[in-house]
Amino acid sequence: MSDNASYLELDTVTKLFGSVIAVSGVSFAVKLGEVHCLLGDNGAGKSTLIKLLSGVFQPTTGEIRILGAPVSLRSPRDALDRGIATVYQDLATVPLMSIARNFFIGREKTVGRGPLRRLDWDFMQRTAREEMAKMGIDIRDPRQAVGTLSGGERQCLAIARAAHFGAKILILDEPTSALGVHQAAVVLRIVARARARGLGVIFISHNVHHAYPIADRFTMLNRGKSLGTYAKSDISRDSVTEMMAGGKELIDLESELRTIGAV
Amino acid sequence: MTVQQAMGDERVQSISTWRLLLGRPELGAVAGTFLVFMFFLTVAGDSGMFSARGTLSFLDVAAQVGILAAAAALLMIAGEFDLSIGSMIGFAGIVIAIPAVEWGWPLWACILLAFATACVVGFINGYLTVRTGLPSFIVTLASLFVLRGLTLALTRALTRLTVVSGLGDLAKEDWLAPFFSGYVFRGLFQWMGSLGWLQMRSDGTPLAPGIPMAIVWWMVLTGVFTWILMQTRFGNWIFSSGGDPVAARNLGVPVQRVKILLFMGTALAATLLATIQVLDAGSADTLRGQQKEFEAIIAVVIGGTLLTGGYGSAIGAAFGALIFGTVQVGIFFTGVDTDWFKVFMGSMVLIAVLFNTYVRRKVAASR
Repeated sequence: MSDNASYLELDTVTKLFGSVIAVSGVSFAVKLGEVHCLLGDNGAGKSTLIKLLSGVFQPTTGEIRILGAPVSLRSPRDALDRGIATVYQDLATVPLMSIARNFFIGREKTVGRGPLRRLDWDFMQRTAREEMAKMGIDIRDPRQAVGTLSGGERQCLAIARAAHFGAKILILDEPTSALGVHQAAVVLRIVARARARGLGVIFISHNVHHAYPIADRFTMLNRGKSLGTYAKSDISRDSVTEMMAGGKELIDLESELRTIGAV
Repeated sequence: MTVQQAMGDERVQSISTWRLLLGRPELGAVAGTFLVFMFFLTVAGDSGMFSARGTLSFLDVAAQVGILAAAAALLMIAGEFDLSIGSMIGFAGIVIAIPAVEWGWPLWACILLAFATACVVGFINGYLTVRTGLPSFIVTLASLFVLRGLTLALTRALTRLTVVSGLGDLAKEDWLAPFFSGYVFRGLFQWMGSLGWLQMRSDGTPLAPGIPMAIVWWMVLTGVFTWILMQTRFGNWIFSSGGDPVAARNLGVPVQRVKILLFMGTALAATLLATIQVLDAGSADTLRGQQKEFEAIIAVVIGGTLLTGGYGSAIGAAFGALIFGTVQVGIFFTGVDTDWFKVFMGSMVLIAVLFNTYVRRKVAASR
């Protein structure tokens, strides 16, 4: 596989719910080692796209391809097995469980056999600590509850976990939206590390200021349609803002407010 | 640099070990047990409560609650309730007694039939809960009534009585019954008696003939369930199913299957206790097991398990049951009116929940 080939492609994908068109003819592609940003306001179809990519929904028409071959992602587990891991914003970790337990939920490592088959705590604790460290976060003790971690560190755990279990493409659903400026920076740094490790990242956001610094390419969504994909070198932050729904509205609002102030 | 790091690590390690100890769910129950024992040693220390016979009698009471509590703890950690435990005890009792006494089935077949029935009841409870998405509180409240009603209706229809007796003699000849009735370590107790360590009857047998099977089952279940929680994949699935079912499902945990299995676990534990009681009494009473579901929940909650799931322990539930048994028997030995027992247990629950909420906030507090 050459470095320039796309790992994951969407080809004119449409999703209908009854007569409602949630996503209409959207195409884009993600390479390994790039951050591809999906930008759009509420209702632009971002959540539906995520669910199409993570196997929760199947497209009504159009095709999803992995390494050029058409695939049907039948379930989240299926998508996971094909290297597509989705990190949902708040649904990724269990606060009352330890870091090591969280890291291995659903994929616990065991030793021994028969009734003596048991969790390999040494391995699990060591791995959780090492994988978090690779992402630039030093945890004090993998036995501590995830609830003691900050929001950014929890995102890190989810991302490190996906990377450890062989994800090629990471889908990050609004990873910074609930975070303050400092914690958002932590997450953006982790995303950069994931990219440096050769993962393709689909970064879903409605916040241009978080998305612009980290993204290599942008796909803008509006009302279920794609407004096109742009490399970062081809588009400025202002035009990105403008292209998103709300960009124009904000400019209108600004002038409207000016009028009100003038009266 | 490396030296400093090592030192730093060690300092952190010692703090976190202390924090981990604080974070153990059973901490409150262990402390509570200590206080309860101190109290009764002071007040009733010379009343015979802590003789071999007295000790075994409060351990036996604790074991009856503890068997249920161990299974209920796992289910509650997975985020669900089973209120039908008590009715299941009565139901399992007649499932054993009616075929054995009325139809002449061998006792072992009746016991196996009861356990098979428990699997079905537990499966229905679990399946209805995960399929309908209704709170298990409601689903098992329904089965609490349905099972108790079935028990009464079937027993009356088939025997025209509400108590089926005559199992005592059947149990003596059965190969399966000794697993559920009688005592272990009889020889050891006899030997200790002959050395004068135990009070003896006039016929030369010790007043406490051995350890009742209920206590053995209680210990075994607590040990096995603790192993499951702390050392197995299934344990991790139980915690995550209760802690955050959506996250667990996204990560590939078969949450529904876990919950259904644990509902079967509580029904099986109820049947185990029913078998022990029926063989012990030689009869099955349709009213047996009433309010046992609440006693089990009390023990589980005192043991530090969160009602909301995701956090708790089987050992804690065992200590909760121990407090329950000690207080229930201990009040009798102190000469206080035993009516006060429920007042005390109710207060204990409230204190335990307040304490657990506080500890949980400490454990999982956001920085």
